[in-house]
Amino acid sequence: MKSISRVTRKFIYALLFLAPTSVFSEASDYNMPVGVTEVSKEIFDLHMLIMWICVWIGVVVFGIMFYSLFKYRKSAGAKASKIDDHFWLEITWTVAATLILVGMAIPSTTVMINAYDDREGDINIMVTGYQWKWQYKYLEDDISFFSNLATSQEQIDNDIPKGEFYLSEVDEPLVIPINKRIRFLITGNDVIHSWWVPDFAVKQDAVPGFINTAWTNVPKPGIYRGACTELCGIKHAFMPVVVRAVEQEEYDAWVVEKIALAEAEKLLNEKVWTKAELVERGEGVYLKNCVACHQTNGQGLPPVFPALVGSEIVMRDKTRNIEILMEGVRGAAMQSFANQLSEVDMASVITYTRQSWSNGKNGDGEIIIPQEIVDYKNKVDL
Amino acid sequence: MSTIVETHDDHGHHGPAKGLTRWLYTTNHKDIGTLYLWFSFLMLFIGGAMAMVIRAELFEPGLQIVQPEFFNQMTTNHGLIMVFGVIMPAFVGLANWMIPMQIGAPDMALPRLNNLSFWLLPMAFGILISTLFMPAGGPNFGWTFYAPLSTTYAPDTVTFFIFSVHVMGASSILGSINIITTILNMRAPGMTLMKMPLFVWSWLITAYLLIAVMPVLAGTVTMMLMDIHFGTSFFDAAGGGDPVLFQHIFWFFGHPEVYIMILPAFGIVSHIIETFSRKPIFGYSSMVYALTSIAVLSFVVWAHHMFTVGMPLAGELFFMYSTMLIAIPTGVKVFNWVATMFRGSISFETPMLFAIAFVSLFTIGGFSGLMLAIVPADFQYHDTYFVVAHFHYVLVPGSLFGIIAGVYYWLPKWTGNMYDETLGKLHFWLSFFSVNLTFFPMHFVGLAGMPRRYPDYALQFADFNAIVSVGAFIFGFTQLLLLFIVIKSIRTGKKASDEVWEDTKDWGLEWTLDSPPPYHSFTVQPEVK
Ligand code: HEC
Ligand SMILES: [Cu+2]
Repeated sequence: MKSISRVTRKFIYALLFLAPTSVFSEASDYNMPVGVTEVSKEIFDLHMLIMWICVWIGVVVFGIMFYSLFKYRKSAGAKASKIDDHFWLEITWTVAATLILVGMAIPSTTVMINAYDDREGDINIMVTGYQWKWQYKYLEDDISFFSNLATSQEQIDNDIPKGEFYLSEVDEPLVIPINKRIRFLITGNDVIHSWWVPDFAVKQDAVPGFINTAWTNVPKPGIYRGACTELCGIKHAFMPVVVRAVEQEEYDAWVVEKIALAEAEKLLNEKVWTKAELVERGEGVYLKNCVACHQTNGQGLPPVFPALVGSEIVMRDKTRNIEILMEGVRGAAMQSFANQLSEVDMASVITYTRQSWSNGKNGDGEIIIPQEIVDYKNKVDL
Repeated sequence: MSTIVETHDDHGHHGPAKGLTRWLYTTNHKDIGTLYLWFSFLMLFIGGAMAMVIRAELFEPGLQIVQPEFFNQMTTNHGLIMVFGVIMPAFVGLANWMIPMQIGAPDMALPRLNNLSFWLLPMAFGILISTLFMPAGGPNFGWTFYAPLSTTYAPDTVTFFIFSVHVMGASSILGSINIITTILNMRAPGMTLMKMPLFVWSWLITAYLLIAVMPVLAGTVTMMLMDIHFGTSFFDAAGGGDPVLFQHIFWFFGHPEVYIMILPAFGIVSHIIETFSRKPIFGYSSMVYALTSIAVLSFVVWAHHMFTVGMPLAGELFFMYSTMLIAIPTGVKVFNWVATMFRGSISFETPMLFAIAFVSLFTIGGFSGLMLAIVPADFQYHDTYFVVAHFHYVLVPGSLFGIIAGVYYWLPKWTGNMYDETLGKLHFWLSFFSVNLTFFPMHFVGLAGMPRRYPDYALQFADFNAIVSVGAFIFGFTQLLLLFIVIKSIRTGKKASDEVWEDTKDWGLEWTLDSPPPYHSFTVQPEVK
């Protein structure tokens, strides 16, 4: 069975829709999204089927119960019978329950087998959950980037009105072409996250040390929004998923552009940087990557997230400072940023923290140039 | 069911000691039952206050009242307290009070152990709650405390949390040993296993479940402790460990735990339905078999909590089928309750109202449970408010209503005083209305895509969250009424008769005792025919 066909579905509805349908109609905001993929539609049908079976069992059972409560109420003079068992009745309802369950299990199994299929994709994308952002790496094309929440802190703190896509907008969405089999290889970098796009019916945990797979094939261009669904710490609610599905040509153009940008970024390493340039660039990097823990004012949230203001390392210990950013601190939320930031961004964010707040005045005032990061990488690689 | 031959006199009677030490040193099953029940009641208000914080924050989008860090501490502690501090102790309290009285025994088999099991609890929760006031903050990783969020990434106070879980576990294990020993050894002559009251049956099975899984929980937290302090890597992928292993062990404990929190309620509700339908429970033996099969099945369904961790297809299907199987014995129980009401002579006192609400609303929780068992659909439901709706339906109008029903049912027996029936009914209707207002809309928010454990959410979820919060506030404040009703009945309630309800002598040995019952329930064993 390929899927419960549309016609069967309409038929099932016709049979079951004796109850008010407003809330459960397909377009409702308060029901499971039908989604756009074949799998998501099958799952929606399955959900409706099971739900209506439950509703009808409920109607029958509660019907009998409320009938009894009314009919055999003592106030109406009911006298209790003494029957306390009936063998065949027990057997009948046990068998009936079993048959209904078998009836549910069969379509569930078919849908499941279809949804769970880990053949290679036309495009394979590695999805990595970080505290608190997603990284997307295109395995065929050497493209890799992070996707951060784009909603401003002011909106969250109710200082300014909330936008239409409050908490479900990102700075850089995942881009995929339509009508291609996309396979996701999903993993976690620190704690467990879970990558969910309701319209694709894809939800897969991102577990450190494991690579889970999921796939989709999106027939319709559009922007699809999802979320992280495994508690992953303070900003669990603030790492949405946004996928932009585009026509093949648009996708190809996007790939070319992304690769060109990465090349340009590499060239920046050779450029001669001034302190002011580094600080300016570093501020942007800092706001995007560090404020979640160390805060905009560099004061952190002690005791969990230390202040960078007045930190000995940040003020005077250049070597250790680079090392912390490149390697992370094992056993703490301070992760390695080596794969997340380019050499230029790394150098500039470190410079920024060393120059900002009171650190520039109180510390040694040294800047860090991209070449130092390149050197560090080469040294470690040996 | 049974008739009783009993000679009752208070020869050599000695009552409870006076003052505080009565409660500290007591080895009496009723005193300890009372302690458990009051403890659970206190925890209900603490855990409830946390729920109020959660709902206040979620009343509208944006962060208004608390920051995410504290919000996570609230969800975590709300869950831990409600599970381990409210539902379980309340059931143990009822067991302490009722098991000796229902099986015709003078007390529990191991009274000193009983005292210890209780007093471990305030210590455990004292430790747990004190972490909230420490600089690093309390546990913030969810009541399921998945590693590595609860190990490598946990606040330092996690060690206190681990210790506290150990102490709770010890308390439960000791309590279960006591209950099993009492039931197996101290039944009145003539009370064969298949003549035991269903509440006793449900507790016998629950106690075995506890003994089987509490050590697993202890093992889990010990492994965490090793990972955190002694350099092991059970759950740390960087050291070759396996974070998914944590979930397997946790849910191997956790799923039976779910039934631990509902089976005793099944027992209570069965008694109430037969009493107020004036008709013996329908299908007694199938009720017992259903309880037993639920307990056995509960050991092979754990991974239905983990359908999205990346199990092989065969695993997913196995756990789907085994979970669906549980619907059969559960369904049988519901059918039996309805059949008991059928052709009865039904009256609607407060305990019966709660029991009827239990049957209907627990069944709704059962339906959503069945939906969650369907793996492909679970990909959409998992970790959303749909799950939150599901387990609150089985735990609040399920377990908690079962407990409240039991309290109304037996309170007059315990204290010798009736509660105020009008207030009781008011309490019921307010609770019934608000519990649905709180938890029913959660199904829709979840289906629409709101993940659980979110301190803030996208705008399309706003309306329903506001409704949910209003419902939660009403429900929360309504429970103060229960406190008032209980105190009022103890202080000034009308005298209750020994039978309390109509013709209850047929429904159990407890009704043959005075109201309130003597300090040592049955000094002479009654004979059960
Ligand atoms: C997920 C939270 C988190 C993020 C994001 C984060 N850090 Fe950290 N950072 C920490 C924690 C926790 C520590 C303390 C580690 C320890 O020593 O236990 C730390 C420590 C540091 C230290 C050492 C401070 C000291 O005095 O020991 C530096 C420097 C630092 N972080 C810089 C950064 C920079 C720059 C960024 C952005 C690129 C950043 N961090 C992003 C959590 C974070
Ligand atoms: Cu996450």
